[in-house]
Amino acid sequence: MSKDLKSKKYSKEQYLKWYEEMLLYRKFEEKASASYIQQKIRGFCHLYIGQEAIVAGYETVLGKGDSVITTYRDHCQPIGRGTDPKIIMAELFGKTSGISKGRGGSMHMFDKEKGFFGGHGIVGGHIPLGAGIAFAEKYKGTKNVNICLMGDGAVRQGAFHEALNMAMTWKLPSIFVIENNMYAMGTSVERTSNVTELFKLGHAYEMPSFAVNGMSVEDCADAFEEAVERARNGDGPTLLEIRTYRYKGHSMSDPAKYRTKEELNSYKDRDPIASVLSTINENNYASEDELKAIESKIKQTIEECVEFAEAGDFPQAGDIYDGIYAQKDYPFIKEI
Amino acid sequence: MRVIQFREALREAMVEEMRNDEDIFIMGEEVAEYNGAYKVTQGMLDEFGDKRVIDTPIAENGFTGIAIGAAMNGLRPIVEFMTFNFSLVAIDQIINGAAKVNLMSGGQFNMPIVFRGPTASAGQLGAQHSQAFENWYANTPGLKVVVPSTPADAKGLLKAAIRDNDPVIFMESEQMYGDKAEVPEGEYIIPLGVADIKRKGDDVTIVTFGKIYHRVAKAAEALAAEGIEVEIVDLRTVRPIDYATVIESVKKTNRLVIVEEAWPLASISTEIAYKVQREAFDDLDAPIQRVTMRDVPMGYGANMVEETLPNEGRIIEAVKTVSYKKG
Ligand SMILES: Cc1ncc(C[n+]2csc(CCOP(=O)(O)OP(=O)(O)O)c2C)c(N)n1
Ligand SMILES: [Mg+2]
Repeated sequence: MSKDLKSKKYSKEQYLKWYEEMLLYRKFEEKASASYIQQKIRGFCHLYIGQEAIVAGYETVLGKGDSVITTYRDHCQPIGRGTDPKIIMAELFGKTSGISKGRGGSMHMFDKEKGFFGGHGIVGGHIPLGAGIAFAEKYKGTKNVNICLMGDGAVRQGAFHEALNMAMTWKLPSIFVIENNMYAMGTSVERTSNVTELFKLGHAYEMPSFAVNGMSVEDCADAFEEAVERARNGDGPTLLEIRTYRYKGHSMSDPAKYRTKEELNSYKDRDPIASVLSTINENNYASEDELKAIESKIKQTIEECVEFAEAGDFPQAGDIYDGIYAQKDYPFIKEI
Repeated sequence: MRVIQFREALREAMVEEMRNDEDIFIMGEEVAEYNGAYKVTQGMLDEFGDKRVIDTPIAENGFTGIAIGAAMNGLRPIVEFMTFNFSLVAIDQIINGAAKVNLMSGGQFNMPIVFRGPTASAGQLGAQHSQAFENWYANTPGLKVVVPSTPADAKGLLKAAIRDNDPVIFMESEQMYGDKAEVPEGEYIIPLGVADIKRKGDDVTIVTFGKIYHRVAKAAEALAAEGIEVEIVDLRTVRPIDYATVIESVKKTNRLVIVEEAWPLASISTEIAYKVQREAFDDLDAPIQRVTMRDVPMGYGANMVEETLPNEGRIIEAVKTVSYKKG
């Protein structure tokens, strides 16, 4: 679709919403990065900067009963679902006021109420879970769908192939989303397989499978619209390979020496937030003051996130036994 | 003696063995072009080329099985797991394959293969990245399991593991890779299955292994200042276990504490305690104590990590308990 057509399909309100959402994701991650450097956040910390159009794209079409599951790169998906960013930041800081009560950390955000089934740390391990969430929706007879996000590295795991096969055979309401940012840590997609057009992997299971430009939120939203409709109608899963880029290293400790500055810049030149902003400007969807207001609102939100996270308490040492079993009086082995 | 890092000691072991034997190769995620997620394999691609230093996709089940098949057909693979948390994706191949082919084939097929990488916790990495599976693997007949605590041990033990004709699980630690210590020049082998007395003492025996040894060593210093002399037995290999050295030490000190990083139920400490009560019941002056990881998955917060892992305070408390010097 040409840019003009796209701009016509989506309303002014939609563009402003996208701008605000994606800018919030980015500013949130920038603050997480700064807080990591200040050692407020510890452990592994993977940022979503550059990939924002994917979450903004599916949230354009997702409803309340729908669900999302993802990897350890999981700060922005719950925010997209409507989780208060304050409690995501508090989780990063390891506070009991965090979404996982300070137990999960950066890689393990969960928000059951909002339909966010978590941040999972074992590459590929959560893909069957995504299919299982969809299985339960079908079983219960709802029209809800599941979005299952994964990296390009994850598609080389057996779990991916097993899950796709069953999801297709059983026509589960799943949308499998490969966030192809071209690298799994330091390993480029080409170095892991002869099949580098990852959407083609779905063809092995006769699954409707498409490549999508992940630097365009319109393209993402279009692709999700079609896939979600297919799933809701009971016509089964879709595989989307969304071609995107992570601007930062794999995690905070990766200097990303395996790729060139030119490559990075070629994506930054197509930045999804900048391109939404230029559509807004070209069409006079907002005045400079209105845009400033959005930006300062986000700035304020981020400041509140940090204040809230700082103000929270760390778990108490004795809390380590909480929330492991549903059984309240489980007899743990307790010795010296 | 020269001082090198733990990761360098491991690398020397692999490089020396690979120079001697063309059948040895290493495969794993990021081992070649990235020079290792934790830089253990730095420079090895340059020396040995991509035939023998092989980057894999993230496909633990597949590449582990491929390595096992290659071992059945005459090669001597080293498989690096980025961490042993991810070895669970491949554990079927290890337990149902590597550990059993020798028996199932009536001894026709040996399994000369090493699975190595870091185990256990490494800071605030959360529940899925902070697990110690030494006892899981040690439970399986057909495997050998090595868990070194120092660079010098790591080098000699890894060379022994690579030369071994049976499958060896070799478990390291992210938190030890940067540790520097004296390592002898030149080639040397430390046989598998032999414990090492890392500190001599007459009052209490502490049996331990792997990274957590270093917390034991610190606690022993503190206890020495209070007049309690601890003998530290570093098992080094947890399958097979050098029971004789443990029993001998307990017969001398009459008191035993076991410290390990894994969870308590069905652990190495459970096994040692069983064996010692059977072989040295009359030599014990106090019930055996142990310090393990708390019986919980690891939470993220800093104080949760500290509370969950064996720490010096708990080790000291256990030693005082068996010495009846508590409180
Ligand atoms: C089973 C397993 N193996 C290895 C790892 C270590 N690891 C964490 S992320 C990662 C790279 C994943 O890359 P990709 O799937 O492309 O996702 P991205 O990080 O690019 O979003 C690796 C190897 C892991 N977490 N789980
Ligand atoms: Mg990737």
